[in-house]
Amino acid sequence: MIEFKDVYKSFGDKHVLRGINLAVNEGELVSILGPSGSGKSVTLKHIIGILQPDRGEVWVDDQLVPKLSRDELQELRKHIGVLFQSAALFDSMSVKDNVAFMLRMHTKMSEAEISQRVAECLEQVELGGVEELEPDELSGGMRKRVGLARAIAMKPKYILYDEPTTGLDPKTAIIIGDLIARLQKTLNITSIVVTHDVKLACDISDRIALFHDGKVAAVGSPDEISKDDNDMIRKFMEGQL
Amino acid sequence: MKPIILFYGRIGTNFFVHFYRVCYYLGAAVGQLRYLHFYRRQIIEQMYRVGIGSIPLIAALSLFTGLATTIQTAYQISSYIPKYIVGSIVFQSEMLELGPTLMALVLAGRVGAGIASEIGTMKVSEQVDALTSMGVDPIGYLVMPRILAGVAMFPIIIIFAVVVAVGGGHYAATTMMGVSTADFVRGMKEVFRAKDVWVGLTKATVYGGIITLLGSYMGMETDQGAKGVGRAATSTVVSSSSFILIMDYVLTRTLLKFS
Repeated sequence: MIEFKDVYKSFGDKHVLRGINLAVNEGELVSILGPSGSGKSVTLKHIIGILQPDRGEVWVDDQLVPKLSRDELQELRKHIGVLFQSAALFDSMSVKDNVAFMLRMHTKMSEAEISQRVAECLEQVELGGVEELEPDELSGGMRKRVGLARAIAMKPKYILYDEPTTGLDPKTAIIIGDLIARLQKTLNITSIVVTHDVKLACDISDRIALFHDGKVAAVGSPDEISKDDNDMIRKFMEGQL
Repeated sequence: MKPIILFYGRIGTNFFVHFYRVCYYLGAAVGQLRYLHFYRRQIIEQMYRVGIGSIPLIAALSLFTGLATTIQTAYQISSYIPKYIVGSIVFQSEMLELGPTLMALVLAGRVGAGIASEIGTMKVSEQVDALTSMGVDPIGYLVMPRILAGVAMFPIIIIFAVVVAVGGGHYAATTMMGVSTADFVRGMKEVFRAKDVWVGLTKATVYGGIITLLGSYMGMETDQGAKGVGRAATSTVVSSSSFILIMDYVLTRTLLKFS
């Protein structure tokens, strides 16, 4: 379970998070939806300890993330896969080396076992046979899928998606959305998707948390959020905010 | 008067902030030496890139430095000074000054700017965050191997540079000035002191550390996309070159006096 309790975060005099309260249950897929600058990605970075809250608590299972030691944090991160907005593939490595990165750094698997696991992960994102390609030979959608294969390589308990469909054409965005939903079901993991793509959030989420102005404006199922008659929520869902 | 005080005050404050941050990175990189075995692949790769990768450039530049130094030395000495002194001056100036310092200035561009732009690009494209999210410390994976490679490989590069420069000097002396090989070697032997080698290698080690540390620091602190990467590379060359020349004075004064 991932839980935010009254989390505040500022950068200089810019108050990005102003008291976030949100709980994500085991096996759930929660989308954090909101306009640019509402603190969605900042929230995600608190889960893996890249950012520390100014105030409040961030819990992952029974661990209070800001209080973890360096080694405890490294250990926690092995169980959390992250798909970055730009996919953040390592330019200097092939697709295989990117997907195998954590396996080589954190496990004692043999090269044969690593190759097999890499092939499995790439198959799961429907991208078999691209092991030897370099990141600059991949399209935007392929990069995201390789990033996703890298995120699931260590069989994580949680996956965090940062704007998974940003920069993709509508057709590829739908494919990535389907892939996220399918992985959620087949791997039975807990997922948080940060996005401003209303359609994606409604299609794949168990619940949606709508962020506005550094706060959680509403939480509920896609149906509940869509039917909410709050003016701000309605405007956002209709793409007017 | 007040704006001037504010201007210089801001420069002074910035300098100390950067100095503190550089010291932080150095301390963190030293702390990562505990995980040498974990990062052994990166260390070997960086040693290859910093060391072997610099050899062609250093070979070409050292050759011309040796040639020029010899010709200038021959021009400067009067006719009643024995010509074998050319070998003495070329060897000592290459070992103590030109080899380490001049080559370090060149490597500030090749190695330092390369490190800053590589790490800077990784920073702005979220690759550094990706490393962190995967339970890998960026200081251990990116910074420590580069600093270690600089400190270990620069002395080797400089030895190579001095050998090539002296070879070039010998060629110029024997073909253009009529100095025999025996005289050139005699001149070198007369001034050879082990402490000169020690001083030259100490300088190379310090310069290697400065260039790789500042390159890594500038890279890790990069923001604002391609513009930031360009700025990081430029800042690395400017700050490394400045510190190399300052440390050249400090080391020459302390080490030669001490010796």
